[in-house]
Amino acid sequence: MGDLFALVTFGPEGWGDELAAGTWLTVRLALTTVPFGLALGFLVALGRRSGHRIAAPLAAAFTTVFRGLPELLTLFLVYYGGQAVLHAVLAPVLDAPLQVSAFAAGVVALGLVFAAFASEVFLGAFNAVPTGQVEAARALGLSPVQVTRIAVAPAVLRHALPGLANLWLVLVKDTALVSVIALADLMRETQLAVGATDEPFLFYGVACLIYLVLSGLSGLGIVAAERWSRRHEREAWGR
Amino acid sequence: MIDLDLLARYGPRMLDGLAMTLELVVLSFLAGLVLAAGIVRARLSRRRAVRCAAIGYVWLFRGTPLLAQLFFVYYGAGEISATLERAGLWALFREPFFCALFVFTLNTAAYQAEIMRGALLSVPEGQREAAEALGLGGWPAFSRVVLPQAAIVALRPMGNEVILLVKGSAVASLITVFDLMGATRLAFARSFDAEVYLWAAILYLALVEILRRLLERLERHLTRHLPSTCP
Repeated sequence: MGDLFALVTFGPEGWGDELAAGTWLTVRLALTTVPFGLALGFLVALGRRSGHRIAAPLAAAFTTVFRGLPELLTLFLVYYGGQAVLHAVLAPVLDAPLQVSAFAAGVVALGLVFAAFASEVFLGAFNAVPTGQVEAARALGLSPVQVTRIAVAPAVLRHALPGLANLWLVLVKDTALVSVIALADLMRETQLAVGATDEPFLFYGVACLIYLVLSGLSGLGIVAAERWSRRHEREAWGR
Repeated sequence: MIDLDLLARYGPRMLDGLAMTLELVVLSFLAGLVLAAGIVRARLSRRRAVRCAAIGYVWLFRGTPLLAQLFFVYYGAGEISATLERAGLWALFREPFFCALFVFTLNTAAYQAEIMRGALLSVPEGQREAAEALGLGGWPAFSRVVLPQAAIVALRPMGNEVILLVKGSAVASLITVFDLMGATRLAFARSFDAEVYLWAAILYLALVEILRRLLERLERHLTRHLPSTCP
């Protein structure tokens, strides 16, 4: 038992450092993906609401495709497909063979999936904002930009937050997939540790525990974010 | 546009893979349904320990990546192969397909249990009381009054769960199961043509779309006696 414990300690003997480095990469990957996914998802939602002849069906198709594809396949499409496309485009210009960064491919693939689901969340949130609020803001003489910034955006954010929080939890788990394109995330480091020590239960168990801790910490953050997004509501009710 | 040579060489294999993906999804969904029913019973039990066990199960399987669960079982089974052999289970756990089926079942059961619980709790208490007043109690009240109403609520989320399972099943390819994703990866490893991933994408999208339409039809059938909500 003591020997097993030594395997997950920090230092030259144990795999603690490697697992910590992998966890850090997993966290960084997820955190980098979110702004990209949020911005793209918001744009897609705007596109679908616009009713524009080209933008609306394009946005709807985007959602259908990236919600329907397995995340693993999206990752391969971005990584290998991106490589093929870049190669075809840049080969005449560049001599050196090029390599798509696994981290960038991970961010793009996870971001596309996140954006597809986030656009649905945003659409629902837009619909949940009562038109009366917008009319009231206009009646107060606010400019269209002010109406969006002061009346619509905070309400949309408040309604979207629970859905987005769910997507974050899904994203943290989905990052495990990047281990297959040799990105040294938590899952990959775990696989390497298992390969070297032949202790699958121990290391996959520890990895699962770390993922649980990550979602537990996220849960705390989500509760805080939701309270923050509703801070004005409470004032309005005088509590 | 389509490389016909490539299609002739790997197309049939990918269709076989599609069949295996379907097999994995259907079997694990149905087995998961049975297991989920047990978990919900435990979750709504009066005994605290039983309830906590069910909550822990759901928390564990929903909080960790499917890939980690799959590797835990697949590589873990290899480590304890001697013990499994003595228990007569090694013949099963030696097969990657069985490991994938086993893990997907445990995983989807956790999600399905949450859906079922929500659906059951959505049926108002008055319905059960009304059934009792009509002389229906216990199982008949549950199966004839509560269950049909809960099924309508559960249908949409269950449909989403099937689709998530189709997508999630692609990770089976990482433990050498030749499902659609596995066949595609093999084709790519041999041809180095990323086009095969596009074909796989089309097949997955078609599968998801067909499922979505079937579910819509099923929903119309289950709610045929309700007043139509869309004009």
